[in-house]
Amino acid sequence: MTVLLENLGKRFGDGAPVLDGVNATIHTGEFVALLGASGCGKSTLLNIIAGLERPSAGALEVPADGAAFMFQDAALYPWLTARGNVELALKLRGVDKAERRSRATELLDLVHLGEAADKRPHELSGGMRQRVALARALSQDREVLLMDEPFAALDAITRDLLHEELTRIWRETGRTIIFVTHNVREAVRLGQRVLLLSSRPGRVVSEWDVPDVVKDDAAAVAALTADITTRLREEIRRHGK
Amino acid sequence: MASNVTELDRPQRAAGIDGAPAPEEVAVPIEASADELRALEAGLDELQSERSLRQRDWSRVLLPVGAVVVLALVWQIVASLGLKRHDLVPGPLDVAAALGQLWNEGQVQQAIATSLGRGLLGFVVSVLVGTPLGLLLAQVRPLRRAFGPLVSGLQVLPSVAWVPAAIIWFGLTDATVYFVVLMGAIPSIVNGLIAGVDQIPPHYRSVAKVLGASRLELALQVILPASLPGYVAGLKQGWAFSWRSLMAAEIIAVGGSLGFGLGSLLDQGRTLSDMGIVMGAILAILAVGILVELLVFGPVERRLLARRGLLAGGSR
Repeated sequence: MTVLLENLGKRFGDGAPVLDGVNATIHTGEFVALLGASGCGKSTLLNIIAGLERPSAGALEVPADGAAFMFQDAALYPWLTARGNVELALKLRGVDKAERRSRATELLDLVHLGEAADKRPHELSGGMRQRVALARALSQDREVLLMDEPFAALDAITRDLLHEELTRIWRETGRTIIFVTHNVREAVRLGQRVLLLSSRPGRVVSEWDVPDVVKDDAAAVAALTADITTRLREEIRRHGK
Repeated sequence: MASNVTELDRPQRAAGIDGAPAPEEVAVPIEASADELRALEAGLDELQSERSLRQRDWSRVLLPVGAVVVLALVWQIVASLGLKRHDLVPGPLDVAAALGQLWNEGQVQQAIATSLGRGLLGFVVSVLVGTPLGLLLAQVRPLRRAFGPLVSGLQVLPSVAWVPAAIIWFGLTDATVYFVVLMGAIPSIVNGLIAGVDQIPPHYRSVAKVLGASRLELALQVILPASLPGYVAGLKQGWAFSWRSLMAAEIIAVGGSLGFGLGSLLDQGRTLSDMGIVMGAILAILAVGILVELLVFGPVERRLLARRGLLAGGSR
């Protein structure tokens, strides 16, 4: 396996725990969707896996080289071009100057942005910016890619295209992807497995497999989506009092 | 076109909880659409990118020039009405004549050269002192807590207040002038840099951390370029403060081993009760200020902001 979470807990100061007893195993090359309502500590969990925060309880196993990260906001540096942003990531990884340029071009080509390489972030649309961010995350060349609601702020048409794009890139590169989302359909569309997190504290309460057979069958997808939505709503209703 | 229909149908297929599932042929295998995907994305990118229409906007040049001409005309009309004694309210033509005479004697050129030289040297030293100081205060929290209010306070204190102290310490030498300039400019530059660093969105740091930047790399590759707009604004204000402080110092501290600057020219006009020289000197001080802004800070700032898409109507 690639990522192993054992009874992971996190609380900030003396507050109520954000995460409590999170157990999950994510295998190499797997695409896992982490689904949950607000307050389920999804972002905290990703930060812990990325090594940006420390858990206050439990244990975790992650690849020694850490994980690549993609945020909801593309978070590109506005003073650099699309290529410059990818090149900076390569530079910080210690890639030679000569290799950086060709590698950045390759990665931008992979996300179909070869022609926009010399544009600056403000000249790109939201979807293009997220693709640059994806190219930058891939440039880190880490086995695990963490994605924190990366498509949440995009319009439906763009998001739909990026779903296909991400699936294609995942198949091509064989990364392990942990994808956090609020959106049940997105989780079913992308994940091979969907993990449902409860809210306050966050804990994995259910999980579903989404094999390719299901993905290709509209009726099965609809049934699964309805099933997961019901379970998610149950979880949300618990907080109604 | 067929591929577009496929794309638009896909979410409906997933959304088919309450309706009938979409027909089977809609479920196109993903691998087959790799080229289509590229074409689709290219189309969408094109639709979502705004075209930039870059046109030379002459009103940006003509309107300010027009305003100056109108003001000069009004001034000339008021002066020629003869409401006040002519030597007390000279018209623009009289001032131009006075300036022309001073120019022929070489006094204006000398005064401008002296003042600009002092202003520039004082400004450069202020930048060299203010930049590391600003970075230090911006990055080290206890230092910031301790000295922040003091630096803000110094920025509010008119630096002309330092002139008496400087004269007592340094006498009528250039050191007096430079001291006053530094006390005027450094706080602005420090504050500008601190503001620039404060305005950096927090995710810039998280991204750098995720990308594996060391502390030094973070400071040089991310913090410094990210804080550039605030820093340049601080530099601009720092220059304005140097120039003002310099004029104040030159007007008050005259004589001794001090060179003859624009402030000294202004003071000379006052001593001679020659309004032509006084107005001419004021206009020269104003002109230098405007030219430095137009030729140096304006273009630098505009380019910086346009490259980051922060300038309304810039590249969009």
